[in-house]
Amino acid sequence: MIRFIGARILYVIPTLFAISLISYFIIQLPPGDFLTSQIASLEQQGQTLDPAYVDALRQRYGIGEPFWVQYGKWMGGILFEGDLGQSFEYGRPVTALIAERLPLTLILGVTTLIFTWVIALTAGVYSAVKQRSFADYAISTVGFIALAIPNFLAALLLAYAGFTLFGASIGGLFSPEYANAPWSWGKVIDLMNHLWIPVLVIGLAGTAGIIRVTRANLLDELPKPYVVTARAKGLPEGKIIRKYPLRIALNPFISTAGWHLPSLFDGEVIVAQVLALGTTGPLLLGALKSQDMYLAGGIILIIAVLTVIGTLMSDILLAVVDPRVRFGKA
Amino acid sequence: MVDQMNPAALEAPPTPRQMRKARAQLKFLDGTASQSQLIRRRYKSNPMAMFGLYLLCLIYFTAIFAGFLAPHSASSTSADHAYQPPQAVHFTLEDGFFIHPTESSTDIETLQRVFVEDPDVKIPLTFFATGDEYQLLGFIPADVHFFGTVDPDQRLYLLGADRAGADLLSLILYGGQISLSLGLIGVAVSLVLGIVIGGISGYFGGLTDTIIQRVIEFIMSIPTLPLWLGLAAAIPPRWGITETYFAITMILSLLGWTGMARVIRGRVLQSRGEDYILAAKLDGASHGRIILRHMMPSFVSHIIASMSLAVPAMILAETSLSFLGLGLRAPAISWGVLLQDSQNLQVVANAPWLLMPALAVVLTVIAFNFVGDGLRDAADPYGK
Repeated sequence: MIRFIGARILYVIPTLFAISLISYFIIQLPPGDFLTSQIASLEQQGQTLDPAYVDALRQRYGIGEPFWVQYGKWMGGILFEGDLGQSFEYGRPVTALIAERLPLTLILGVTTLIFTWVIALTAGVYSAVKQRSFADYAISTVGFIALAIPNFLAALLLAYAGFTLFGASIGGLFSPEYANAPWSWGKVIDLMNHLWIPVLVIGLAGTAGIIRVTRANLLDELPKPYVVTARAKGLPEGKIIRKYPLRIALNPFISTAGWHLPSLFDGEVIVAQVLALGTTGPLLLGALKSQDMYLAGGIILIIAVLTVIGTLMSDILLAVVDPRVRFGKA
Repeated sequence: MVDQMNPAALEAPPTPRQMRKARAQLKFLDGTASQSQLIRRRYKSNPMAMFGLYLLCLIYFTAIFAGFLAPHSASSTSADHAYQPPQAVHFTLEDGFFIHPTESSTDIETLQRVFVEDPDVKIPLTFFATGDEYQLLGFIPADVHFFGTVDPDQRLYLLGADRAGADLLSLILYGGQISLSLGLIGVAVSLVLGIVIGGISGYFGGLTDTIIQRVIEFIMSIPTLPLWLGLAAAIPPRWGITETYFAITMILSLLGWTGMARVIRGRVLQSRGEDYILAAKLDGASHGRIILRHMMPSFVSHIIASMSLAVPAMILAETSLSFLGLGLRAPAISWGVLLQDSQNLQVVANAPWLLMPALAVVLTVIAFNFVGDGLRDAADPYGK
């Protein structure tokens, strides 16, 4: 077990390296360097920058030097000083900007994940056990539609429905009176009241996918002889399902959890933009549009690292649950 | 004497329904039918799949003949009709089809535009109306439209108008040309990448396989949308429609080939140990020939099935990118570009018909999913 976890963690290191390379590559992509264009736009507005300050920035980010040197300086700053660079648009450190919004993104992501699992597992097991019943068909139909509706459309439709039915905007994560207030119980409850809409929208497609997989897996297991045996010895039906076939059907469920994380972040970007949530998604979008590349690269890096950690956790969980994985036989 | 060995003889004679079912079953057990015949028969017996296929043909037909079917050209606008709501078509025996013209004015109190129909005036409509000029199939100049106003200077808004007063129906039809073709081209590119990389990975195995699989796992483990956004943001704004179109297609397929490569790798791995592959190897066939000529035919139906499931993902990706403003940009028309206006909730609340392009997206995605699921079931020789 420890060997497995150790090997798995070792494998994370090159992955993280590759991710940081890609993030930096994206920072580099826009033609010209951002510092020059930033100075140009400031001078257009009639402001001048202290040449010493510009030189310091140039030195700091290694502008004009080869890719590897710039990457090294960026990476060095992150690893040794926890410094992701400076946002040119906001004039503040990238770390501070991300720190403001990341908790909300994480709350949203974790809630969505839990919501997806609870709903998908219950619905998937139910529709497999009651195969060909009305509920089964209803769940499958809803799932099919959910898979076909792009999540920005779902967000728009919900927002539109909220707008016409309640006459109020349902965007945002907080009511105006709590938006800038310090954390309190009232604020937490307010957050919960707003959170369910993005959670529902982001979780929709993922839930439909997992329901399909769970249902198919369980249907494969249910007619097997060991289930018949359990039934023959007189176990109650609920216990049979919980004890045997469900545990096997759960395997792909856990192993795909890692794959669901990227799609969670994908959904978050779009839905947060439509519903005007204060998460990292809209920040990333704004940064990309205004070519605020250190901010954009920083967010992409953080999101990707979080995903890698999530995948690592789901792999370890799978090894805990399934001995075959632990001993490298599956 | 009653035939005791055959319990079927004791049962009631089969009902017509059972007989029909048995005869239908026989079609799939036909020993003389080729594999593709069997697949076609199984596919045709699936009503959902056939529905999806017809719907898909219809959608692509409307996109190909967008110029003919659209009442207006995509660039014709009318400032008087900005955010014009959908017009109702009336029909009477003496006048045929007609619409009432609308007069727009700004409400003093709410500052919103109101459109009032003038029920006394009738604008006659006709099939095969003469209107804006366009190029049929891209090279045949024409000015006949499937339907439109008799007077070419009048305007028709069956699905309402956008901010600039362009006809939304025409825009959706023209937008389909880009959205639908982008999905196909993108999948074609990722198919080539998938066959080459997945084929090499499965065929050679060993270290090559391990490295390629690690790379694929890595690509799949990073959130795609932020990466797409990052790459798309690097497309210079001064690029023309065609360049942006191809750049977006490349970005989408460069990250989208991984799923295809995994499918193909798994299949190649399966057939690698078969005797006929060994025979081909002993005959001195090259690696490329073995993969393409001897292995591919056995799983080409699966590739087609997973392709038809990959196209809608590609279309959705383009729509999302353009919707967020980092994909195609106006003056290019795609469904995502059309939906950009509806990012603002206020606009959607006042002009909900701006969400119509999303309906086109959903219909296309559902049709592709039906076709893909049907193909997958039909191509599975062990399915029921």
